[in-house]
Parts: sequence; structure tokens; C-alpha cells
Amino acid sequence: MNAVKFLYAAYIATWTIHALYIGSLVRRSARLRRQLKELDESSQR
Amino acid sequence: MKRAFPILAVLTACLLIYAGYQALIVAPTDALQGDVYRIIYYHVPSAWTAFLLFFINFIASVQYLVRAKPSTKRAANWIALAIGIVGLVAPFIPVVAQQLPAGMRPSAIATTIVLIPVFYFAIGKWFPGQALDVLAVTSAEVGVVFCTVVLVTGPIWARPVWGIWWAPGDIRLTSTLVLWLIYVSYLMLRRFSHSAQTHMLAAALAVFGALDVPLVYFSIWFFRTQHPQPVIGGGGSIDPRMLQVLLLNWLAFLCFAFLVCWSRYRLEALHREVEEEQALESLNGVPQ
Amino acid sequence: MSSLWRLTLATLAKDIRLEWRSKDALNAMLFFSLLVVVIFSFSFDPLAEESRHIVGGLVWVAFLFAAVVALNQTWARELRNQVLDAYRVSPAPANALFLAKVLGNFIFVSLLEALMTPLFVVFYNLHVLGPAWQLIPVGLLGTWALVVNGTFFAAMSVRTRSRELMLPLLLFPISIPAVLGMVAGTTAILTGNNPAHFYIVLLLTYDVVFTTACLALFETVLQAE
Repeated sequence: MNAVKFLYAAYIATWTIHALYIGSLVRRSARLRRQLKELDESSQR
Repeated sequence: MKRAFPILAVLTACLLIYAGYQALIVAPTDALQGDVYRIIYYHVPSAWTAFLLFFINFIASVQYLVRAKPSTKRAANWIALAIGIVGLVAPFIPVVAQQLPAGMRPSAIATTIVLIPVFYFAIGKWFPGQALDVLAVTSAEVGVVFCTVVLVTGPIWARPVWGIWWAPGDIRLTSTLVLWLIYVSYLMLRRFSHSAQTHMLAAALAVFGALDVPLVYFSIWFFRTQHPQPVIGGGGSIDPRMLQVLLLNWLAFLCFAFLVCWSRYRLEALHREVEEEQALESLNGVPQ
Repeated sequence: MSSLWRLTLATLAKDIRLEWRSKDALNAMLFFSLLVVVIFSFSFDPLAEESRHIVGGLVWVAFLFAAVVALNQTWARELRNQVLDAYRVSPAPANALFLAKVLGNFIFVSLLEALMTPLFVVFYNLHVLGPAWQLIPVGLLGTWALVVNGTFFAAMSVRTRSRELMLPLLLFPISIPAVLGMVAGTTAILTGNNPAHFYIVLLLTYDVVFTTACLALFETVLQAE
């Protein structure tokens, strides 16, 4: 049934949006941790 | 505290899978719409979650604004308390009870309104000082994500069922769009503003947004009564089995939202820590 | 209370005098308004019958863009001359400054609208079918709605990156119910199909709610940057 394609589209779209957001959180977190490490190292020097 | 996160993540994933299974397989097929209607098990819980998160942002913003002066803080506390008392009592008074829309039980309305001061005082207690602002930005951002899901799944649902992607007079979808726009502008303000008091400005904007929402709702409602539009999202009563699955999915998405907010909250705390370190470093000068 | 008004009017008089002395901004805005009307008349074919249904929207979109260009100038002079700092340390109520700015913008934008309206009438061969006098409350209340929030958000945007862009980004979402009221009200009056009363009440409510909110929170915004 053609209409069911929309059902799949909606579910895929939902999880794509969530995945993109969580991905951005992971990326930002990694960058901040790196920055923190650099700051700690430079302050110890 | 940190070790709880992976455990909760696994539990939430299981809950989401179970709720999804209920939504796709177990729930009965709708007589009119066929299987496409199952989109509501994602669309509606996302909407309720988004509204809850925006509500939390509003409470956190008000708390943040009033804490500047003790007098405003006291006044706000009394107002919150008054809302709770009125909300607890009013729906049961016969004169008021008659005005309520059919099908809404007074106890349900009373419970909903009493939650306002409950949230207000709970957030004020558990998130002191700057933590309020961290909560504000967290709830706004995650709220926008969930609201995006609502706005994407809404038209995807409308197209096969009603033949159109969007109806300008559809009050729920349009109000949600405006709410989304307001909060995206809120996030833009936070990103673009570098004043020392960005947080206060953002909190003021959140209050403006909250004032705007009922006006949006009524303006579209009246526009629609003059220009009849197709009603997307349907009204009417819902099959109790469907309601059960809907609530289950809402619970699953709430747990998921909680975990995402927790992550975002930690990220923001980390971000502020890095900023502080950077500021300290520039104050101390370049180390030899 | 009267000192608030005296201060407001004094500040307003100063602003008007300054604007009048250098008519640059005024002339540029007038020309901009004319251009907007002309561009719209090319974009939307103004056949007499259909035009009445869309002109309400066109007119207010044109006013909205003209208002944004005017609003962006609101605090520029104050920023250049550190007036905001002076206001922050003075005992003068911040609301006097805000009200003066809003009134100044209101007068200015109303002037632009008064000039653009006959141009629209000419280009679109407008003929009002409903009660034309109702256009006045719709116009006044609608303009106030745009100007009061616009002045407030302009103050908020003053220290942001891309200041001129920030103002419409903040203003447009919040203004949606007011824009709906203005456009639907104007269309109702032009076409005479339905009464505009509710839209006038909506605009009045919007104005009261947001003028109160702006007055309550302006001090916070002034201190904030």
C-alpha cells in the first residue's frame, strides 16, 4: 500500500533527526574535552 | 551518578523498541486511515515532550529573571502558589465546571494546573543560580529537536491522509510552527549575543515567547472560523487500546528526552568550564 | 509619574529635532518605501477584482520591511555616543527612554505608511468595500505592535553579531499573531466579506500584553549590555 511508505518515512525521519542531534552532541563534547586537555597541559608547562 | 547513564540508556533503548513494537504491530489498525495512522505514535508524544521542554525553559527563564531582586522573587513565588491553589480548587466549582470543554474531567485540569507551581518550586530548588540558565539552554535546544520531529512527521502524515502537506489554518500545526520559530530565534540570540548578560536577554525572550503562544492560538482559531480549513490531526475520542500505546510511547520518549537533556546539560557545564579555564589563562598571561 | 512623561517627551523632542536636522535617514526611508511598492506592483499583477484579497498581505509585508529598516536605526546614535551608559548610571527611569524611542519610531513608521498607502491605492486601483474607517484602528494598533516589540528587540540586538539581521530574526516569530490580525483585518475591511472586529480586539490585546511586557523587562535589557 502506497500510504505505508509515508509511515516508514516518518519513522526514519524521526530517528534521523535524533541521530543527527546526538551526533552533534558527541562531536561538541569531544572538541571541548580536547580543548580542556590542551588547557591543562599548557597551564602545567 | 555517571555510571547510571549507560544503564539507563540501555533500559530506555529497550523501552523504545518495545513501544515501537506496540505501535507498529500490536496496536489495532485504524478503520479509516489504515496503517498510516501509526505515525501518531511518534508525532503526538514528540509534541507533548517538546511542549514540556519548552515549559521547563519558560519556568527556568522566569526563575532566572526574578532572582535578580528579592522582592520580585518573593512576588513570583506568591503568584506560583496562587496559580496552584486556584487551579486546585476552581475546576471543581460548579460555575467553572460547566464552562469546561466536554470530555475534560475537572480532576485532570486541576492536576495539570497544579503541576505549574510544582515545576516552578522544584526547578527553583534543584537548579540554583547559573544552573537555571544551563537548564534553560538545554531544554530549549532539545525542545527544538523534538519540535522539528513534530513538524516533519505532521506533513508526512497529512499528505496520504488528507492529500495536502500543509493547511495554513490548521491550528495545532501552525501554533507548533510558531513555537518552533520563537525557540529557534531564542537559540540564535544565544549564539550571536556576546554580552556579559546574554542569559538575561534570552530569559526575557523566553517570557515574550510564552506570552505569544496563547495569542497565536487564538488568532489562528478565529481566522479558521472565518475561513474553514481541513482539520489535520483529527479530533474526537480515541480507542482506549490506542491511547495505551500512545501513552507508552510517550513514556519511552520522555525517558529518551531525559537522557538527551542530561547529555546536553553535561556538555553545557563542560563548555562553561572550558570558557572559565580560557579566561583564567588569558588573565595569567602566557605561561613561560 | 509625570516626571516619566516629561522625560519621555523631552527625549522624544530631542530625537525628532536630531532627525529633522539631518534628513538623510528620512529621505532614504521614503525612497525605500516607494521602491518597495513599485517592486510589489511588478511582482503581483494588480487586476482589480483579485487584488483586494491579496493587497492586505502585500501592504503589511511592505510596512513590515520598511519598519525593520527604520527600527535598525533606533539605537545606533545612542550606541555611538555612549548614551546608553549614561542612562544606566543615571537615576532616570529606563522606561522613559524606551517610551520615547517607541513613540519616535511609531511616528516615523506611521509617516512612512501614510506615504505608502496612496501609492498602493494607485498601483492596485483599490476601492474599499467594507467600513473604511476601521482601517485606522487596524493601522494604528498594528503599527504599535510592530514598533513596540521592534524597539525592544533592537535594544536586545545592540551588542550581538550581525545586529541588523538579529532584529528581524527575533521580531518576526513573536509578531506572527499581530501580523495575522493586521493582514486578516485589512483584507476583511477591503473585501467587506467579514467583520474585522475580532482582529481589532486581537491587536488591542496583543498591544496591551506586549507593551506591558516591554515596560516590565526593558530595565533588565538596558542593564544587560
